[in-house]
Amino acid sequence: MSDRALTCQDVVDIITDYLENALSPDDRRRVEEHLALCDGCTTYLEQMRETIRLTGMLTQEQIPQEQRQQLLEAFRAWTA
Amino acid sequence: MSDTGIVASSADLAVLERLRAGDETTFMMLVQEHQAAMLRIAQMYVSSRAVAEECVQEAWLGIVKGLDAFEGRSSLRTWMYRIVANIARTRGRREGRSIPFSALSGDDDEPAVDADWFRATTDQFPGGWRSFPDNWRGIPAERLLAEETLETIGRAIEALPPLQGEVIRMRDVLGWTSGEVRNALDLSETNQRVLLHRARSRVRRELDAYLMEERDER
Repeated sequence: MSDRALTCQDVVDIITDYLENALSPDDRRRVEEHLALCDGCTTYLEQMRETIRLTGMLTQEQIPQEQRQQLLEAFRAWTA
Repeated sequence: MSDTGIVASSADLAVLERLRAGDETTFMMLVQEHQAAMLRIAQMYVSSRAVAEECVQEAWLGIVKGLDAFEGRSSLRTWMYRIVANIARTRGRREGRSIPFSALSGDDDEPAVDADWFRATTDQFPGGWRSFPDNWRGIPAERLLAEETLETIGRAIEALPPLQGEVIRMRDVLGWTSGEVRNALDLSETNQRVLLHRARSRVRRELDAYLMEERDER
């Protein structure tokens, strides 16, 4: 990243790097300085965190009974 | 040894021990947990759902047969996903399919947030928000957690390019670490993060559009 101040558009582009702790200490500090002064980006970051939290509420798909039965038989055959 | 430094956890070892002892309940729990994801992984590489199902079936047999040889040098689930990916890749090659990485990852230049949201380069504050994103704090929890909201997220994930979808499912639905996801899907650290970024950005966008539409109706 260049040395000029981060724009909001820059922050949005590197928000995952920020959340994943993948930024250099210097860049991390620049993001935090920007966030401290920018309500728009702070809201964006909150939206991103909320998106991650809500995505975590999804549950897994069920699998068809027939496939389960086939696999169970394969497992039985192996352990027999 | 994988370069991610992940090894089987003590929980993995306990599962292994039960599987080796022939515990059917443990095996069926494993199937329940991983079948759908394994099927999606296989579908990335082969031509049809039917062939993908065969690959997964073959993978389970390989997993069952390989249990005694599994040395715990990766987590159990990454080991399993690598088995199905290898089988499906080989099968895909035999089918004469070669799928460019970009087709799976959605190698587009789609920005995280549409450029319209930001001020032009000629503006006094280039790259600044034109208007701030909407605050979700005022939305009641029951609306956020409503079935319909979660379905909106589910549909957004379904619509993602396959690898983006798999990365966000593993990371954010299933709670895997980035190292495990990289290992299971054979991705570099950067690729994993780029895919996650695109996926999360897209889901946020869809979610925001949905939540704001609801709000406008009120």
